[in-house]
Order: sequence, then structure tokens, then C-alpha cells
Amino acid sequence: MRTLYYILQKEFTQIFRNKSMLPVIFVMPLIQMLILVFAATNELRQVDLAIVDFDHSYSSRQMVAGITGNPFFKVRNNLTNSQEAEDLLMRNKIDLALIIPRHFDKDLNVNKSAEVQVLVDAINGNAAQLSFGYLSSIIGSYSQKVLINPLKPEYRQNKNIEIKPTYWFNPQLNYKFYMAPGILVVLITVVGMLLGGMNLVREKELGTIEQINVTPLKKWQFIAGKLLPFLVIGLFDLAFGLLVASLAFNIPIRGSLLLLFGLASVYLVLVLSWGLFISTISDTQQQATFVAFFSLIVFIMMSGLFTPVESMPDWAQKLDYINPLYYFVKIMRSVLLKGSNFTDIFNEFAALSAFAVSIFGLAIFRYRKTS
Amino acid sequence: MIEVKDLHKQYGDIVALDKVSLTVGRGELFGLIGPDGAGKTSLMRILMSLLLPDGGTATMNELDVVKDYKEVRLITGYMPGRFSLYPDLTVEENLKFFATVFGTTIQENYYLIKDIYQQIEPFKNRRAGKLSGGMKQKLALSCALIHKPEILILDEPTTGVDAVSRKEFWEMLKRLKSMGITILVSTPYMDEASMCDRIALIQQGRLMSVATPHEMIESFPEDLWAVHTRKIYETSKHLEKLSSTLSVNSFGQVLHLVTSKGVHSAESIQKYLLEKGELEITIEPSSATIEDVFILLMNHHKHLK
Repeated sequence: MRTLYYILQKEFTQIFRNKSMLPVIFVMPLIQMLILVFAATNELRQVDLAIVDFDHSYSSRQMVAGITGNPFFKVRNNLTNSQEAEDLLMRNKIDLALIIPRHFDKDLNVNKSAEVQVLVDAINGNAAQLSFGYLSSIIGSYSQKVLINPLKPEYRQNKNIEIKPTYWFNPQLNYKFYMAPGILVVLITVVGMLLGGMNLVREKELGTIEQINVTPLKKWQFIAGKLLPFLVIGLFDLAFGLLVASLAFNIPIRGSLLLLFGLASVYLVLVLSWGLFISTISDTQQQATFVAFFSLIVFIMMSGLFTPVESMPDWAQKLDYINPLYYFVKIMRSVLLKGSNFTDIFNEFAALSAFAVSIFGLAIFRYRKTS
Repeated sequence: MIEVKDLHKQYGDIVALDKVSLTVGRGELFGLIGPDGAGKTSLMRILMSLLLPDGGTATMNELDVVKDYKEVRLITGYMPGRFSLYPDLTVEENLKFFATVFGTTIQENYYLIKDIYQQIEPFKNRRAGKLSGGMKQKLALSCALIHKPEILILDEPTTGVDAVSRKEFWEMLKRLKSMGITILVSTPYMDEASMCDRIALIQQGRLMSVATPHEMIESFPEDLWAVHTRKIYETSKHLEKLSSTLSVNSFGQVLHLVTSKGVHSAESIQKYLLEKGELEITIEPSSATIEDVFILLMNHHKHLK
């Protein structure tokens, strides 16, 4: 016990003597939370829209007024022909173009049906769909208004179903609520994998592992010395990041914090073991960083942090069963936003624990072989 | 006591140790002398159970280095060739760390390291990475000794250390020896060989000779001449062409010429050089150094191959 205590003391001494360590521990959470949460958003604002109105009628002007009045769109409506609109689309000046043909008003009032054309820049498919959906819903609600015009009683019998959605857990559809828990996961993953993983390979680089290996120091003591300090630092960073998130974005914390930190500990053991495993198969810090970085990118991109897992192809969704980040992102969002309890996320917990135990075992096994 | 029997180690096609057998007595200061890549480090790493042999056996105080490696590590102190203490921990922290992992304290075995540690104690709060080469070696030796080992294995402890510190270091080893510690030390410096009780000359994984330094010099089988000349290069070229020359090597400003036993006299060599136009030359018979022995054995082995 005295040995373990002294080993931990030694590791902490070394960590805090490392000049780059303190900024990483304190500045990284701040930057990640305050910059990434804002930057990694799917919300659309200020969509550039050009309107070409060939009709210049009462109806067309009314519809355009409905669009211009919406803060979502930044409208240019001084265009005189559709060629101009196409040019602007080509030069990335606008995202959408709405073209209202001549006789729009007449078609609407006489033929009871009118057409408009919408051109969408679909380079970013997601944004294209969103902005088109928004525009079409404005046009749709305008057409509703026309159809149930009280002055034209003949259309009154027209029935329609109005959908009134209620968004649970995130009523304002605040995108930051969705992103912040995910960014927290990235934060502690990076801390665990890069800092924790680098630590063992550094001993290899310095040659100190040679001296350690000839001591009666037990394997578990040595590994514990490498894991525990970064477990503590990871949990500290989670707390710090959570504090920043709740102060800066008012992110709700609906579930139990104890549960969250308990699960985070399991997750950190997993991530740290992965880092240690990388350390055992690398000879230099450079190699280890490269492998850690590569696996991080794959895990993060596939985790469902930025893009919903449900929209990934079937094989990719299956692949996510072995992605620890996938589980922990899910846990983090459920506990923070939904207030899920232990039973709700038991499956994710079981998967994480199984991974943690097996990767930890693998790391110890590999370390034994190299010594 | 270290007993090595038919020890074999191979890295791919390269033979690092070729059936090496060796006995180091209890309390002996034994030197492994050989150039880089001779197999010194491989032998020491096998003894320290850091490397598995491909064949043969080795025991340290009757403990097998493969089977009983845990016990072996408790009774041995090891100083790797490369400085491998924590550069970001202070002198004192390093020493305390190694004392703790061996389950002891600095106070308990302080008497053993006192002479050495006292020299670096004024710098005990300095980071180990900021020490000079000589001080690093003293710290590394202190750390290797702190658990009171019965056997010390030192891999090139004086490489990269200044002449004064080297001398001090060997003085320390002699003191440790007098306390009954068995010491196996390797060095590429032939001049350090005379400090050892016995030495082994090692080259390309093979022990060429094992004896006391004195015996080794005494048993030099050929004639050796010290040739003083101003034109080292030209003279050595001429001497190489002399009949029955075995080797010509420069030792600073002096050439060591080895000729087959009983063929030449100082006069006959002088005469030969005079014919070649070398005038200002003095030749005298000389006694061999360890380096001469090493070169002779090395050439001999080359011819055998």
C-alpha cells in the first residue's frame, strides 16, 4: 500500500511538473466548451435567398412579404430575371432562389392552383433540405391562408389536419443542449487517451521502464500508477466542463450526477486502457500519438456526435456496437437531458463495462509481453 | 556469484552471444571488455532477466535468471548503459522512489551509498535531468545500491564521463567490492581493465580470453615494440610491410609493433627503417597493454573465420 501511495505521488509530481499539462487540463475544457459547442451546430440562420418575381401581383407580393419578414432568410428581391438568380447560386452568393412566374396571381385565383420554382444549392445536403423545408412551409402556410380566405366561402369546407408538435426534453430545439454533452465526451476522451496513453510510452522513450522492470514492483501497481491520476484528471475535467456548460448555455442536468460520474469512471478506465494498450505497442510518443489520433477520429466521427447514427448505413450502425464513444455519447445525453436512471441505460453501461474489462486486460497482457 | 553456461542469443541472423560460459566469483570485480556491439549489453540484460536467452543457462547466487527472475531482481542492482532515472524528479525523489519500490528506505541502507551520495547530496533538490554526466552516474549507482544488492551489474557506467569522474567511479567500485558485493562491469575503455580483478575480452558474441589483467599482459605470446617516430603514418606503412609483422597500431604518439616471437631485434627493425629512409626513430621492446592483447586476439579470431 505504501508503494502504491508513493507511486501515485510520483506520478502526480511528474504530471504537475510537466509545463504543458496544466494548460491542457484547464484551457482545453474551456476552449472545447465555449468554441466547439457554438461551432458544431446544425442550426441554420441567415440563409441567403434570392426572389425573382415575374408577376408583381398582389398575391406574389403578399407571399414575398411573408418570407422577407422571417428572420431566418436574408432576402435579395431586386432581381429581374432567373438567369441572375442562377448566377448568384453558381457564385455561392445565395443558398436558395425562389422564382415566381408570370400569371401566378391569375393561376391562383382562377385555376385554384399555381406553381413556383425553387432552386437549392445542395452542396451541403443537410442544410439544403433544412432551408428548403423551411421555405416550403412558409409558402405552404401562405397557400393555406389563401385557400381558407373568408371572402371565398366556397373553399371553406376544405379540411386539413394541423400538426402541433411538442418537443420533449428540449422544447426549444436548442442545438447546444444536444451538442454540449457530446463535446464533454470528446473532452474526457482526448484527456484520457492522449495524456494517459502518452505517459507509459514516455517511460519507454526515457528508458526508465528498463529500470522499473528490474524492480520487484508489481504490474498492477505500475499500471494503477498510470491509470488513477488520469482518471482523477478526467473526472475533474468532466466536472469543470459541465460547470462551464451549465453557466454558459444553461444546459439542463436532469439525471443524477453521481450516476453520471460513476459511468464516466467506467468509460475513463476504458479510454485509459486503450491509451495504455497503444503505448505498449509503440516505441515513441510520436507513434503513440499517431495511432491514438487515428482511432480517436474514427470513434468520434462514428459516435453519432455530429451526425445521427440512425442515418448511417446499416453496416456502419452495426460497427458502432464496438465504438465506446457511441455508448457514452448516448449515456451522457440521456442522463443530462432526459434524466435517465441506471435501469434506462443499463445496456450501454453493460457494453462499456465489458469493453473496459477486456481492453484493460489486453493492455496488461501486452505490457507483460513487452517487459 | 555469477555462473553463465553456454549462453546463446540471436537477433535474426545476428549472433549476439555465441555459447558464452563464464564464472564470476563472490565478491569479485569482473570486467567485460569489448567494443560496441560485442554482446556485453545482451549478456547483462539476460542476467537481469530483461531478455530471454535462446540457449544455455545463467545463475546469480544459485538463482536461475529465467525461472527465479523475481528473486534475482531482489538481490541484484542494475545500471543500464543509458541514463534511465526520471529526469523530471529531483535527485532525492529518484532515490526515494527506488528505495520505496524495493520496500526499503534511504535511511536503512544509507551506509552503503554514503560515500557516493554525499558527493551529490548538495544537489539533492536538483532535477536529475539537469545533473552533469558524472553526477548522473553517481545518482544511478546510488539508486542501484539502495536495496542493498548482493550483485551489481553495471553496463558501461563510465561511458561519456570525464576522466576525473571515471577515476572516482572506479574507486567507488573498489570500495563496494570490499563490502563483499559481486560486481560485473562492462566498458569499452581498455585502460579501465587494470582496475578489475579479472577481465573477459569479448568480441562478436564470443569470449576471446578470461584472465587477470596481469596474466593477460604477461602471457602476451609475441614480441612488442614501441616505435617513436615523427611521421606516424609513413612509418606505420613501412612497418606493415616488414616480414613477420602481425600488427601496427598507434597509441597516441607511439606506434606499437607486434612481430612474431624471436624473429626481430630492435636493431634489425631500425636497420629496415633506415633502408626505407626513416632516420629519426627510436625503437625499444615494450610490455603489452590490454589493448595489444585485444587486437592480437581479434586478428587471430578474424584469421580463424
